[in-house]
Amino acid sequence: MTWDVERVRKDFPILQLEVHGKPLVYLDSAATSQKPQVVLDALASYYTTANANVHRGVHLLSEKATAEYEGARARIQRFLGAARTEEIVFVRGTTEGINLVAQSYGRRSVGPGDEIVITALEHHSNIVPWQMLCEERDAMLKVVPIDDDGQIDLEAYRRLLGPRTRLVAIAHVANALGTILPVKRMIDLAHGRGVPVLVDGAQAVSHLRVDVRDLGCDFYVFSGHKLFGPTGIGVLYGKAELLEQMPPWQGGGDMIKVVTFARTTYSDPPYRFEAGTPHIAGAIGLGAAVDYVETLGRDRIAAYEDELLVYGTRALAAVDGLRLIGTAREKASVLSFVMEGVHAHDVGTILDREGIAVRTGHHCAMPVMERFGVPATTRASLALYNTRAEIDALVQGLRRVREIFE
Amino acid sequence: MSELRELYQQVILDHNRKPRNFRRVARPTLRAEGHNPLCGDHVSVELSLEGEVIRDIGFQGSGCAISKASASMMTGRLQGRTVAEAEALFERFHRMLIQDSAESPAADLGKLAVFAGVREFPSRIKCATLPWHTAHAALAGHAEPVTTE
Repeated sequence: MTWDVERVRKDFPILQLEVHGKPLVYLDSAATSQKPQVVLDALASYYTTANANVHRGVHLLSEKATAEYEGARARIQRFLGAARTEEIVFVRGTTEGINLVAQSYGRRSVGPGDEIVITALEHHSNIVPWQMLCEERDAMLKVVPIDDDGQIDLEAYRRLLGPRTRLVAIAHVANALGTILPVKRMIDLAHGRGVPVLVDGAQAVSHLRVDVRDLGCDFYVFSGHKLFGPTGIGVLYGKAELLEQMPPWQGGGDMIKVVTFARTTYSDPPYRFEAGTPHIAGAIGLGAAVDYVETLGRDRIAAYEDELLVYGTRALAAVDGLRLIGTAREKASVLSFVMEGVHAHDVGTILDREGIAVRTGHHCAMPVMERFGVPATTRASLALYNTRAEIDALVQGLRRVREIFE
Repeated sequence: MSELRELYQQVILDHNRKPRNFRRVARPTLRAEGHNPLCGDHVSVELSLEGEVIRDIGFQGSGCAISKASASMMTGRLQGRTVAEAEALFERFHRMLIQDSAESPAADLGKLAVFAGVREFPSRIKCATLPWHTAHAALAGHAEPVTTE
C-alpha cells in the first residue's frame, strides 16, 4: 500500500501556512512535531465537555475526565507494549522523566565510587541529570565513544560495563545525528551484568515501533510533543517491580494514601509519581496522537520515512560543499550537515526566508558537535507529513545560500 | 530577498571571509570571553590598553557571518580609541539594532551602519552584539564569560 502523503498533510492544519510569503516547509519535527486536527479536537473536546479534576470528585464531569485521562494511559500502555497500565507514569516530558529516575531511583542505587554509563550521542537531558546525580553521590559518569559515522563503539561499551556500573542511560535515536542505537543489544549486555537500562525514546517514538517488553528496557521515556501530541506531557515507562521500590519524587496531592502530621503513606505507582493536578488535557491529547499514529501504522510510517531519508541523503550529497554529519547505517530521518564557509546560523536564516524551517546550532548535544569538530550544524528532520518536493525546496534553498555567500 | 541582501551586504560577507584582527594581541592587558548559548557562537576579545587608549584589539573564536563580521569591524573601529569612545559607540550600535526600523541609524556609526539590516532578523541581533558585549566586559574587567542569554 502506498503512502498518500497529500492526504496525511490535510490532517495537519498548520501545514497550509505561508511564511515570508512562501509555503511553509517544516523540516524541524525532531525539535517538535506538528499536530493533527484529531489532537486539537481532543483538547477542545476535553475542555468543552469534560473539564474537571481527576481522581477527586464524585460528580459526572470528574468521572468523565478521569475516564478519559486513564483511557489515555491505557492507550499508551498498548502503544509501548507495556504489561500493565501502572507502569505508565505521566510526566511533563522526556527531561522530567529522566530527572525523576535520576532522583528517585538513582539516589537510592548509586553511591560513592559507582558508575553510570551513557553514550557520546546523548542529548543534554540525558547527560546533565546524571552529572548532577554523580556529583551528589560521588559517582562517575562513563561515556561510550562513537565512530566517525556517529555509531556506537559496542566493544568499548562492553568494556565500560563493570562491577561498579549501576545504571545505563542511552538514547534510542540520537537527536543531533539520527543514529538508531542498537538498544536491544546494549540492554542485553547490561542485563548480563545485572545493570538496569533507561532508554531515552524522545526521537524514536515518532519513527519506530517501540515495544518495551521486546526491548527489555527497565525505563523508557518520551515526550508527547515530538509524537504529534501537545507540549507539556510525556511518559515514563518503568517496570512495575522497579517503580514499586522507588520513593516519591515530588510530594503533594494525588500521590498519598493517608496524610497525618506524624506520617504520610504514599500511593502505589503510577500515582506515587504524579503529585498535583496533572496535565489532563495533555494526556488526553497524547492519547489521541497515539491513536492517530496507530491508525496510519507505525511500520508504514517507518517505511515512508526511510524512503524520504534515502531521497534526502542523495539530494543533499549533490549540493556543493555540503558534508553530512551522522552517516550511520541505521538511521532515522534526520539530515544534519555543515556547509563549507557558511555557518549553520546563516544557513538557517536564509532558508527561513524561503519558508523552510530547520534547526541550526548544537541541538542540545554539544559533546556531539565537539566530537565532529564543528561548532554547529543545520538539521533537517523529516516526519510522516514531509514530501520529496520539500526536500527539493531545501536543496533549492541551499543553492540560494551558496549564491548569497559566493 | 531584499531583506536578505540588506542583511548579507558585501561588506559583511567580505569581513566574514577575511576577518580583520582575527588574532591574539601581544601582551594583552584585558581579555574576555563571550558565548551565545543558543547557537554556540563563541568569541574571545583581547585588548592592550595604554592609559585610556586602546592600543590594540583582536578577537578569536567561531561564529556565524554576522558575529564574525561584527567582531572584525568592531576591532577595526576601536583601534586607537579611548575607552569612553568605545563605550559610546557600543551604546549607539546597540540602539541602532533595537530601534524602530523607520529611524535611520546614527550618522556617526559610519561603516557600522551596514548592520542596520539585522533589525529585520530579531533572532540575529545577538549575533551582531556578542563581540561588543564581550569587548565591553573586557573593558569592565569582568572575569566571567559573558553570554547573550
